[in-house]
Amino acid sequence: MNLFDILGPVMVGPSSSHTAGAVRIGQMTRKLLGEKPVKAKILMYGSFSATGLGHGTDRALVAGLLGMSPDDIRIPDSFSAAKEEGLVYEFGTANLSGAHPNSVILEVEGENGRELNVQACSLGGGRIMINRLDGLDVNCTCEMPTLIVHNLDQPGHVAEVTSMLAHKSVNIANMSLYRDKRGGSAVMVVETDQDIPAESLKWLEHLEGVVKVTYINVTEGER
Amino acid sequence: MSYMSLNEIETDCLEKGITFAEAILLDDVNERGVDRQTSQRTMAGMWEAMKEADQNYDASLRSHSQLVGGAGAAMKSYVGEGRALCGKFAGNIIASALAMGESNACMKRIVAAPTAGACGVLPAVLVNYQKEYGTSDERITEALYVAAGIGQVIAGRAYIAGALGGCQAEIGTASAMAAGALTYLGGGTPSQISHACAMALKNLLGLVCDPVGGLVEVPCVKRNVIGAVNALSAADMSLAGIESRISPDQVIDAMKEIGDQMHPTLKETGQGGLANTPDAHAMFADRTEGNGK
Repeated sequence: MNLFDILGPVMVGPSSSHTAGAVRIGQMTRKLLGEKPVKAKILMYGSFSATGLGHGTDRALVAGLLGMSPDDIRIPDSFSAAKEEGLVYEFGTANLSGAHPNSVILEVEGENGRELNVQACSLGGGRIMINRLDGLDVNCTCEMPTLIVHNLDQPGHVAEVTSMLAHKSVNIANMSLYRDKRGGSAVMVVETDQDIPAESLKWLEHLEGVVKVTYINVTEGER
Repeated sequence: MSYMSLNEIETDCLEKGITFAEAILLDDVNERGVDRQTSQRTMAGMWEAMKEADQNYDASLRSHSQLVGGAGAAMKSYVGEGRALCGKFAGNIIASALAMGESNACMKRIVAAPTAGACGVLPAVLVNYQKEYGTSDERITEALYVAAGIGQVIAGRAYIAGALGGCQAEIGTASAMAAGALTYLGGGTPSQISHACAMALKNLLGLVCDPVGGLVEVPCVKRNVIGAVNALSAADMSLAGIESRISPDQVIDAMKEIGDQMHPTLKETGQGGLANTPDAHAMFADRTEGNGK
């Protein structure tokens, strides 16, 4: 935890976990989708579904999907903002076993038809974790520059990514690999100390066997 | 953060001949790899956000449950009539703490310090201190470093979340942070800052987290008041030369031990204490949320 996790964040109340964290989950989902969401099915679990209404968790999640930050004063009115921006949403409850008590599943669809299924949780203090993307574990907090590569489970992709990063003098802080089955779909989650140049991300996207490249860097301007 | 105890901060201040605020600032610069100005700008931004939140209080707002709102204004007008038993300065601190807690419950913008539920404690004492003594924003920003440094040590040694340590971890920590900040502003030494922090925390040890309906409303808003007033008395005691007989870091460790032993119904689950009273049940009987449904 850094100094401004203790004094801060500046946020719309009433709860850092149920409100600020929920906005960030929505915000990250929008970033991960990579386009403006037009449809969202929001399924809440545990404490989120039990006390979410009283904490404005529902409005906070929608606000995040609209691209608002946790300190945006429009959060309480996000439902009407969604109407204006053409985001159709519905709420429900999720049945998850063994998940963090403040969890939510977001099934979103973007304006260009891109679809994404995100399972995330709010860790407290406004910090969050993205647990699953399209059914695959990722478990990243998005607090550092984070590269998520979806690729076919075949030899060489990890080497391609890590040599590219070495070439650009980007240091890897954490790295995890997940796959659904041998030779199936795989996900690589790489957290780095430095920003990854845009042209390197483009280069990755064009590699054979790489299905999708997502890069999140929200650290810029926050320091 | 490199400091795991208040004692380490005190020693560092003594050895390097720097203030408590400077030690925390240098630590932030080092830990986050930012320059001094960037760190100070961020902290000054927190202070601006606190003042803004204080000014933006809207007495007409009511929380989602309708249980919270308007108390800050009622207190302020009572103090304005010159009737407050504790005087104008402390009376206004009570009013500001209530107002900020209510703003939070009504989805207004606040600064979590260290949590959203405890967001009223620190600004209540600092905003009124500045009004009373005409202190510069720069000096208040220094006091915020002191507060944040104390909060970081408590977060590292114990907890700052009600779900983990009860309300003593939230309001207790906020009160310790505010007591340290006030002692710094009052010209206290690093040791006096630590002792103010210890006395503030000691007086709130064992405080449980029992929010009615699981919401950050009852009793959270009014607990910001005890956090703020307690900080004021702890700072005054310390500046008067009174020390905590239990060393400050050991008080923090005691808070953790108590938090570990606290029953789960009393740790932000909305099941025990005030949340389990007939009145609390009646308030949420006809609601669809807040009672685990």
